[in-house]
Parts: sequence; structure tokens; C-alpha cells
Amino acid sequence: MHGIDYVLEAISFYHISIALAGVAAGTVIGALPGLTATMAIAVLVPLTFSMKPASALILMGAIYTGAIYGGAYSAILLKTPGTPSAIATTFDGYPMAKRGDGDLAVTLACTSSVLGGLIGAGFLLGLAPPLAKIALAFGPVEYFWLAIFGLSLISALSEGHMVKGLIGGCFGMLLTTIGVAEVSADIRYTFGSQTLIGGIEPVSALIGLYCIPVLIDLVATPARHLKVSSESRGFRLREALALSWRHKFNLIRSSVIGTIVGILPGAGGSIAGLVAYSEARRSSRRTDYFGTGEPEGVMASESANNATVGGGFIPTLVLGIPGTPPDAVILGALLVQGIRTGPNLFVGDESSIVYVFIAGLFVATLLMLPTGLLIGRYAYRFIINVPKAVLVPTVAFMTIIGTYAIRNNMSDVVIMILLGAIGWILDRYGFKPSPIVLGLILSRIAEQGFVQGWTIGKARGNVVAEFFARPISLGIIAFICVSMFYPIIARRWKLKEEPQNARET
Amino acid sequence: MKTFGKIVLTAAAAVVAVTFGLTATAVAEFPEKAINYVIAFKPGGESDITGRFQQPFFKKKFGQDLVMSYKDGGGGAVAWAQLNTISGDGYTIMGTNLPHIVIQPAQKAVGYTTGDITNVYMFHYTPDAIVVKDDSPFKTVKDLIDYAKKNPGKVTFSGSGKGTANHLAQVTFDRLAGIKTAYVAFAGTAPSTTAVLGGQVVASWGYTTVPPSYPGTRMLAVAMEKRHPKFRDVPTFKELGFDLVSGAYRGIAVPKSTPEAIRKKLAKMIDEINHDPAFIKQMEDNGFAMLNAPYGPELDKFMAKIKKDIITSAKEAGIIK
Repeated sequence: MHGIDYVLEAISFYHISIALAGVAAGTVIGALPGLTATMAIAVLVPLTFSMKPASALILMGAIYTGAIYGGAYSAILLKTPGTPSAIATTFDGYPMAKRGDGDLAVTLACTSSVLGGLIGAGFLLGLAPPLAKIALAFGPVEYFWLAIFGLSLISALSEGHMVKGLIGGCFGMLLTTIGVAEVSADIRYTFGSQTLIGGIEPVSALIGLYCIPVLIDLVATPARHLKVSSESRGFRLREALALSWRHKFNLIRSSVIGTIVGILPGAGGSIAGLVAYSEARRSSRRTDYFGTGEPEGVMASESANNATVGGGFIPTLVLGIPGTPPDAVILGALLVQGIRTGPNLFVGDESSIVYVFIAGLFVATLLMLPTGLLIGRYAYRFIINVPKAVLVPTVAFMTIIGTYAIRNNMSDVVIMILLGAIGWILDRYGFKPSPIVLGLILSRIAEQGFVQGWTIGKARGNVVAEFFARPISLGIIAFICVSMFYPIIARRWKLKEEPQNARET
Repeated sequence: MKTFGKIVLTAAAAVVAVTFGLTATAVAEFPEKAINYVIAFKPGGESDITGRFQQPFFKKKFGQDLVMSYKDGGGGAVAWAQLNTISGDGYTIMGTNLPHIVIQPAQKAVGYTTGDITNVYMFHYTPDAIVVKDDSPFKTVKDLIDYAKKNPGKVTFSGSGKGTANHLAQVTFDRLAGIKTAYVAFAGTAPSTTAVLGGQVVASWGYTTVPPSYPGTRMLAVAMEKRHPKFRDVPTFKELGFDLVSGAYRGIAVPKSTPEAIRKKLAKMIDEINHDPAFIKQMEDNGFAMLNAPYGPELDKFMAKIKKDIITSAKEAGIIK
């Protein structure tokens, strides 16, 4: 089989049908907070046993890419990232929805996700074997610094309330330490409680901290959930495409960041979105508008997180190392099929599987445009039109189901609701949920990297060199410095220039 | 009154007959619906993958689905602590792992004791093994020991978690070989192997399942009684003079309230899968080592021995007091 044959097989009626079904199902699942791509794929694995390996991969890849995009709906319309990948989407997506531009935000999320997905799949097609080396170049210390880079975003997210942001971040970090420590197996801060041994599950914490305060406010205030514009404006696709063209460099940069972070097995979609957001914010001329409903922010986060899909498949297929959690499940399904991953998969007799799959991933990503726009439109209409008396119980019910589904554990639901109440009170005193969530998710990665880096450094006889003398680490440290001190430098420059007031939508 | 008494007696007899008869048929026809297979870890981990291997065989042999669900948390402790609260009708089974269910309750109060777990079958294990990169300068275990003796404390081993099979193997081997090495715990076999491939650590205490799944790795020795059928050229530690036979064992447990007959039936079903030549081949090709310890005296004997071994080495390792 050669080039065109792979494409022809990928666009067979059967493959188009499963790609379409997968993308649609994935989008809906991803939109429901708590239901993740990992779970959706795990449930479907037995179905793939009777399929050809390439078809099984196309189905799982389609669900995966749809679910990552679907997470944007709840992030934009409910301020609740359905998966950690969509955290950065809430920063500007929800303010956009709040002021009546939710339809534009959803459409932008769709176009950006499609572009990010295509770029990620492009790297998978063209450069997988050499790029897989990146996964090996990152050691514990690099993950530590990468997590610190993500944490440095707290300074940007809490402008004006830097101290409160830092306190929030520390609170999140403390929450992570509860339960059995992942690498040292110590049981920490459970105070003898059996409920706390499992620790605080990050996705249920996300749901609690973001969604519950939104629900409480909905009940406590008479205002509508989102501002509604009187005239019907369709998909606003033309507007979205114009914005995309204007910010094409942002989209491409974010997609490349997403692909690279996707290749890193220890990082994940949350870091991809956050790093891309941080870079978009820094290099934009409208830095000050980020966080208040800047379309560029949504574009950066959504293109980056969908690029992690293609990126994550690179180490999965080349090295047998799952790039992301859903990849681990997909790898298991491949093992049962008797497929051996490795560089030979791209050149040997079985290479047709990989190339048909990649062609199928392109098809699925393209299909996401019509399906995503349609589902997005219904989701938006539902959220803005349904009366509060229906919206609040529906969403509350979903948060409980979603939280329970993550680990089939009722105590996660209790913790989620408690954290929600705490988050609502903290919010009233100016402690925003985002720094807490960043602390909660990133300190887990930082702690592992730190402990491992420290042990290795001690064995090698030089801890300082381990942390500060590795080239990739130095590069990340440089980025951290830029991201932390750039606002100060930029402000100095700006004082000389004329202040910009124009607001673009 | 005589007739009335007769009626009562007959009715009672009928009830008894029906009840017993039903129980007997219930067991004979078990399973009549899908069985929920709870994994105490995240989807995509090794416990999940081995369940996936069993899934198609179960469906083929018994006509019912094995539906996997995941109750991750506390390194498995959250699920095991809840095992006995599930209804014991045989339609919910849970994967169990050794040394986890021995070490966790011995370390701290985790909500269950080893005795709370009713295992019905231990079906395979992943033997510990020293894993290096293909192009590593270490060709044999002796090379590694010589290097470690010249550079005490400088050899780094990655491994999956602390208080795990990998960790116990590292501590035991250090003692047997008279060397001192550093153990770096990672959150699972995938990141631990990535660290070896990336050259972050010198070698890894991994499992015999590593080389089939991760191209570019090879093993120096395996902790088995005899050589692994898939890796005939890799020596055992025993051959090299180190008394090390260890690994991570997996099995199935049921809630305590599960009737004896159902426990036996489940054990028989798993036994049937475990003896299917196609299944054995698939497991061994992927680096697993088979084990047959069905419910009853065989399992009791196996558990008693392994529990003693684990406690002994964990005490020597200073993991438990």
C-alpha cells in the first residue's frame, strides 16, 4: 500500500461512519464535566476486539479528539473545564460567554481545535520517529521546571491580587499532598480518615471549585446566566475565521506547543493549554485584555490541547510509552490485538495500520468542524434559553454523576461539593479558583520531579548541577524568568508608548 | 387437623426444595449476566491490560461480558477497603495485587487487612527483572555489580513506586550482592522505563513485561525459579547465585458475603481461561509468567508462603517495622 491507498481506505464508508460517530460521541462525553476521553475509550475497548487494528485506532482516535474539543463547551458556557486540558479555555472563554459572545467562543474553539488537531496529526505523520526522542530527553528535573513554569502563570492570572493568587496556589498545593503520595507511598494529612486516603482527585476538584460557585451564584442572583443578544447571529463562522487569520501565528505557535507537550508523557493537556495561553498572552499586543474575554486566549488553549492528541500518539506508537492517559488505554487495546509498537511500526509490514490510522485521524479531525459547530450551537442555545430552574438542577446533577464516574467513588462527590462551598466563600474574598487549581494539578508533577531529581542528583554527587546545569532545564528556567519579569518590563515600555484602548471582539 | 399439618409439611418441603433447587441451578447457570470486574487502579495500567487479555476469552467460554470499571485511589487501597461492602452475588469481582494487599495494611491503617480480602484465584505474576537500555555498557549482572562496588551509592535504579515488588527486589538484591544503590521511585512502569530509555538512571528494577512492550530495552536477569519461556537467553538470579524469586502477583477477589459455591465456580472459570493454550501464549509473549492458585487449599498454601516472604523482605528493607 502507498500514499493514496491509505487515504482511500481511511475515507471508506465504514471508516467515515465510525469516525463521525466517534467524534460526535466524544464531543458530547467531553462536554459533560467529569466524563473523560480516557473513560469513554476504556468503555469501548471490548468493541474494538472484533475490529481491524486500523479501524479500532480510528474509532478511539476520533472519540479522543472529540472529547478534548467537547471540554471547551463546559469551560466556555459554565466556567467548568470538563477535563484539565480545558482549564486555560475558561480564562477567556467564560468572560466572552458572560458578555454575550458565547456563540463566537464556541465556534472559535471548534475552528482552533480542528487546526490544532490537524497540525498535531501532521507532526505524527511526518516526524514521529525523530520527535519521539523528545519524550526521552525530558527527565524528572525537566518536568519539575515545566510544572514551575505552569505555576508561574499564577502571577499573570491574579493581576492586582498577586498575594491572594499565591495564597490560593499554596492552598491548592497543600490539597495535593492529602492521601497516599504517588512516589513515596507515604500517607499524608488524612488524619486517620479512610475517606481521605484516596486523596483529592484533580478533576473532581476542578468541577467543585469552578462549577459549584457558578451554580450558587445562579441561585443567589436574579440575573440571567449569560447575556443574550436579541438577533440570531448563526455560527458567526465568518467572524471566527477572520479572527483566526489575524491571529494565525498564535494558532500555529500554540499548536506546535501542544504537539511538543503532548509528546511529553509526564505533562498532559493541562500544561499544553497553560503554556500556550501564557505564550499567547505574553506575545500579544493586548496582554492586558487577557482574562477579560480575549478571543486569542481561547484560540491558544483550544488549538494547543487538540494538538496534544497527535503529539501524544508519537511516543505511544514509536516507543510504547503512552503520551497521555487515553493513550495508555489505547495501547492496552493494541496489545490485545497483538500489535507491537515501535519504530518498526512505521516502516515494517504493519506500517499500513499506522498510515491508515493517521489518515483516519485527519478525517476525524476535519469531521469535527461540522459536528462540533452543530453540537456547539445546540449546547449554546440550551444553556442560554433554558430557564434557571431547569439549568441549575440539570448541571448540578451532571456534576455529581461526572464526579462519581471518575473513580466510582462517592467520597469524591462529597469532597467536590465541600470544595465548591469553600471555593465560593474564598471567591467572595478575592481568592480566585484558577490559582488553586494550578497549584493542585501542577504541584503533583513538580513534587515527583523534585523528589526524583533530588535522589538522582544525590547519587551522582551534585544536586545543584542536576537542577541547574542541564540544557533543557536552563531553557525552561529562562522562559520562567521571562514570564515572571516580562510584565514589569512591558509596563516600563508601555509608559513610554501611548495607551491602547481599542477593544476588539 | 391432620390434613392441615400435611399441607404445611408439604408446603415447607416444597419451599425447601425450591430454594435449594434454585440455588443449585443458580450456581450451575452462573453467570447469567455480565460480570463487573473492578480494577483498583487507573485505566491503561498493567492490571487493566491483563484484564483486557482475559475479556475476550471469558466472553467466548462463558457467553457473558466481563465489564471493566476502575476505582483508583491510594495505590489500590480505596477499592480494597470497599470490597466487602459490595453485594456478594458473584457479579462483582475485584482485581487484587501482591505485594500491595500485604504491605499496605502492614504499614498503616488503610481501611482493610490482608485477611479481609477473599481471593478466589491468583493467576499470573510479572517477575522482577533488571532492565537496561539496549546500548548499555552492562552486559551481565556481574558487570553491574562490579561497577556498583567501585562506585558505591552512584548506581541509580528507577522502579515503579515504593513498598512495591520493584522496591523490595532492589533492597533484597543490594543485600544479597553486597552493594549499595539508589532507588528512584516513579509513578508506574511506563515512566520508570522512560527514565531508563532516556538515560536519566543507570538501570531499572522492572518486570519481564518491559522488553516486549518497550522496544530498545533488554534484561540482565529475571527473578524466577526457571528461565522465562519467552526469554531463554536471560539467566535467572538463582543461576547467578542470588536467591531472588519475586514479582507482582495478580488475582481476583470477591466480597466476603459471596457464597462458597459461587467462589468455587468463579475459580473454576478463571482456571479454564488460565489453561487455554492461546491465552497462555498471549500472556507469555507479553512477558507475563503464568501461575495457577485456585480457591481452596492451593491458594491458602500459596498465600501463606508469599505473605511470609513479603513480610520478611519488607522488614529487612525497613519498609515495615
